[in-house]
Amino acid sequence: MGELRLMKGNEALAEAAIRAGMDAYFGYPITPQSEVLEYLTREAYKRTQCTILQAESEIASINMIYGASGAGARVMTSSSSPGISLMQEGISYIAGAELPCLLVNINRGGPGLGTIQPSQGDYFQSVKGGGHGDYRLIVLAPATVQEMADFVQDGWELAEKYRNPVMILSDGALGQMMEKVELREQIDRSKHVIPEWATTGKKKDRERNFITSLFIQPEEMEQVNLQLQAKYKTIVENEIRVQEVQTDDADFVIVAYGLSARIGRKVMELLRADGIKVGLIRPITLWPYPYETVSRAAERVKGFLSLELNAGQMVEDVRLAVNGRCPVEHYGRMGGIIPSPDEVADVIREMYSKIQ
Amino acid sequence: MQEIEHHYEDMDIVCERPTALLDKRMHYCPGCGHGVAHRIIMEAVEELGIQENTIGVAPVGCSVFAYHYMNVDMQEAAHGRATAVATGIKRCRPDKYVFTYQGDGDLAAIGTGETIHTVNRGENVLIVFINNAIYGMTGGQMAPTTLLEQKTSTTPYGREAPFMGNPLKITELLAQLPGAFYVTRQAVNTPLHVRRAKKAIVNGFKWQALNKGTCFVEIVSNCPTNWGMKPVESNKWLEEHMLPFYPLGDMKVPSKEELENG
Repeated sequence: MGELRLMKGNEALAEAAIRAGMDAYFGYPITPQSEVLEYLTREAYKRTQCTILQAESEIASINMIYGASGAGARVMTSSSSPGISLMQEGISYIAGAELPCLLVNINRGGPGLGTIQPSQGDYFQSVKGGGHGDYRLIVLAPATVQEMADFVQDGWELAEKYRNPVMILSDGALGQMMEKVELREQIDRSKHVIPEWATTGKKKDRERNFITSLFIQPEEMEQVNLQLQAKYKTIVENEIRVQEVQTDDADFVIVAYGLSARIGRKVMELLRADGIKVGLIRPITLWPYPYETVSRAAERVKGFLSLELNAGQMVEDVRLAVNGRCPVEHYGRMGGIIPSPDEVADVIREMYSKIQ
Repeated sequence: MQEIEHHYEDMDIVCERPTALLDKRMHYCPGCGHGVAHRIIMEAVEELGIQENTIGVAPVGCSVFAYHYMNVDMQEAAHGRATAVATGIKRCRPDKYVFTYQGDGDLAAIGTGETIHTVNRGENVLIVFINNAIYGMTGGQMAPTTLLEQKTSTTPYGREAPFMGNPLKITELLAQLPGAFYVTRQAVNTPLHVRRAKKAIVNGFKWQALNKGTCFVEIVSNCPTNWGMKPVESNKWLEEHMLPFYPLGDMKVPSKEELENG
């Protein structure tokens, strides 16, 4: 068993990054995730001599990530919603140039400057694009402090396997809450294998490497796009992660990720005590999305509720998967408000009474 | 007409393309200073013997394809972000020689923030700044360095300070920052200026090894196409109009002690 600690989500994530052999972190302070940069500046360099740099903006951060990843380093940045919006151009370049890196969004309420309280309002931005062009991020949605830590190394491994940016989409509550976390062993970063495509200086026995997302000839640009789409298809085939809780006998299913899934679980218990057989589907990868799991459930159940801290974003993917076979509703609170389990249970009772 | 006979075998080669510059036809317009600037950078890389340890960053603008010609590992940055990309590279590969190649729009308009902060942190990189007072690739719009009264496609009646701001002397501004180790302004419009510019580039690479801060070389260049001039005419215009406002010379040079205690 690894070392056990009681930690904040943001600090667990930062600690996990050090242990996973991070080479460099570039970031800019923003609530509610500034602990990541603070923890790293305090702990990281003295332990692994990695680079920690507070950049002048999120725009600079994401472009430093581009440069460092292009030079073959294991790199991460973290921010919260407005900061992630600023990074979108850079993220598109990183996806276009096929550079592996880890991006962390500790989602806060929006739009605009919004609030520093938790939200899931960045679902669309994270899984449907965000930046320009046809690209995809692999998006991991932790629901516990343990997963905030675990998804760091898992995320880098996925990023490096597919040469694709990976995002951990969390929220202000998970970032700030404290829970028990089991930490993994320290990886020796000096043992990283530097990829052969990286810009590390042109050696005599190879052509020069260049990192770019520019392909000015339309025929070439289309080929690059087709290759990206082929890669995304492979990711869809191999990397979907989803958790199902008591869906076997369920008449009704809550679909929820991250913090909402924790609420959903409590709602499920309340309603099962009332005799309503409710199950929970928790997508762990938001892209690739577990359409099949939702679709299979749609064969058996009478209805779905997509529970999200937003105005209804993931519900569109649930509806795509269900494809009209039974009612799909959304319930969510916005602006940093977290619904109580009783409040959500009432919504389901009402909905369930109509579809009996 | 009589055909001229060449007997190359009887001649000594006194000047040739540096091997660090690929043998490709460039996309630059005839008479453009980019070709010369590319060449002197790659001559410097070759003469210093650092081709295997050099990583370049290309900008967005006319020189977006610099990596097609420069035979070193390179990255193509988003518009204005070359120095941030260079920071990411250098921080992770501190034993490499890292340089950016940026135009005036890239470095002094959209990328001003990154430029100032990179130099202020004293990142150990070489920044080569090509100032031709115009946006070349997009078709001749006003640049931050466009001179007052200069006509461009977005200042059709000439640049007027009250409406379009003043031309930005960003190199003078950067020379004030403690992170700057070497700041100089050169040009490529005459053979003498080309030789001096190359010397500055050589210094900019060489002094990177001292880890004492950013080396910044501005190169005042021309844009015959978008200035609407013939190449020779444009070099003359550069001399008569650009250089009085952007005077050539060193703005910050390392002291002897700084160089000796490297």
